[in-house]
Amino acid sequence: MHYPTDRKYTREHEWIIADGTIGITHHAQDSLGDIVFVELPKVGTVITVGKPFGTVESVKAVSDLFAPASGTVTAVNEELATAPEKVNKDAHGAWMVKIKMKDPAEMNALLSAPDYEKFVSEEAGH
Amino acid sequence: MSVVEASSPVVPKNVRKTALNAVHRQMGAKMVEFNGWDMPVEYPASIGCGIIAEHMAVRTGVGIFDVSHMGDIRLAGREALAAVQHISMNDASRLAIGQAQYSALLYPQGTFVDDVIVHRLGEDEYLLVINAGTREKDFSWVRDNTRQFDCKVEHLSDDFTQIAIQGPKGVDVLQKLTDADLSAVKFYWLTRGTICGLKNILMGRTGYTAEDGFEIYIPPDEPTSARVWYAILEAGKEFGVVSCGLGARNTLRLEGKLPLYGHEITDTINVWEAGLDRFCKMEKPEFIGREALEKAKAEGVKKTLVGLEMVDRGIARDGYKILDESGREIGYVTSGSPAPFLKKNIALAYVPPEQAAVGTTVKVDIRGQGVKAQVVPTPFYKRPKKAAKSE
Repeated sequence: MHYPTDRKYTREHEWIIADGTIGITHHAQDSLGDIVFVELPKVGTVITVGKPFGTVESVKAVSDLFAPASGTVTAVNEELATAPEKVNKDAHGAWMVKIKMKDPAEMNALLSAPDYEKFVSEEAGH
Repeated sequence: MSVVEASSPVVPKNVRKTALNAVHRQMGAKMVEFNGWDMPVEYPASIGCGIIAEHMAVRTGVGIFDVSHMGDIRLAGREALAAVQHISMNDASRLAIGQAQYSALLYPQGTFVDDVIVHRLGEDEYLLVINAGTREKDFSWVRDNTRQFDCKVEHLSDDFTQIAIQGPKGVDVLQKLTDADLSAVKFYWLTRGTICGLKNILMGRTGYTAEDGFEIYIPPDEPTSARVWYAILEAGKEFGVVSCGLGARNTLRLEGKLPLYGHEITDTINVWEAGLDRFCKMEKPEFIGREALEKAKAEGVKKTLVGLEMVDRGIARDGYKILDESGREIGYVTSGSPAPFLKKNIALAYVPPEQAAVGTTVKVDIRGQGVKAQVVPTPFYKRPKKAAKSE
């Protein structure tokens, strides 16, 4: 899998672009299987780096979404409420929320695409 | 987010493998530990699988499952029937040779040791098919409680690879591989025949998917197991067969309201609460649990198993609390999931009898929010009756 280099990644399998767009990774959707439900915060909600800001559910499991950076939600991908399977089809295109970042420097602590790829392959091999 | 363990190339220690383990891994299945077994939860989307696709294949075509983790206990001898009657709640005396029935092993208090399928293999020979997680417990229970009977009890769990071929096209797929006339085998009956050159193979028209289908019991060595598995996939190609994991097995059985040990039935839930009355034959003069059940019946149940359908957005999951309209806790979810064929979010739950009527509105506590659900008739899904035979 090619992980786009226009964004940063968390060890909890979220991605974030410098403009504040957030989603989950291809690896995350592959591990979860068929995604059937995505619960996202409302516009205006303040989210905090490392803290849960929503949930994503597959047929079998519920997983928290962890904020890759702190900020205020400015947009929510409403499409996912009725078509959550879009995350399976295109995890790096099917964004979840956009935030106005409180401190863009928080992104420096996140993984680059090659580092995330390495992290995922090590995790699978343990 | 936290993700499910990706398929690790190594089987964790102390976890058992079926003879098809290497096949599942080769096919790229996502493996999970289930009741001490390393089992496929789903196969990859790249081969047309995934829980939803696997579920739909079984409802509309055919899917196959490795169910070798299930256990088997054979009772044979002059008093085998008396022994089976003593330890199980259904009436095995009604079984003709070659017939099977759903039943359960009960504790003296009328609660569940396990649920089982009792097969009558011969004049004085019965086979109990039991759950994976309860194999050792069940075998000890059966052995210890049948000592007074002239009957040999054998644990045959490791003697078979068990494959389930499920779905409306299941019979067509298996028929291509066997000389036995499967059209003559009714639901919950058995036959024997040659499959893939293997002689005298037991085939039961049984399953755990609320669909038509067969379960076959073949020799447990890896080469034979793999050969038959791939032969079924090959024979099923024209019917769109897919391999299915435990994920689809769970959603299929849930739509059909088939109980799962440890969820709907446990050692603290009795037969009446679980709503399995029609498989419990109180007209039998004696069986373990009967006395307590008679008393429990007179006293009435405090909780009862109901089917729920989510009204508002949300998915009920195992263990979530059930609240009444005022927010008071009144019960709990035993199994909850999206239902891929029905395209609804459904659940089974224990609630007080006063809240069990169809149409009753309750709330499910989903991560602190009371989400509206309604009691609905069960089973959620019932397979369509076959159209009258044309020839």
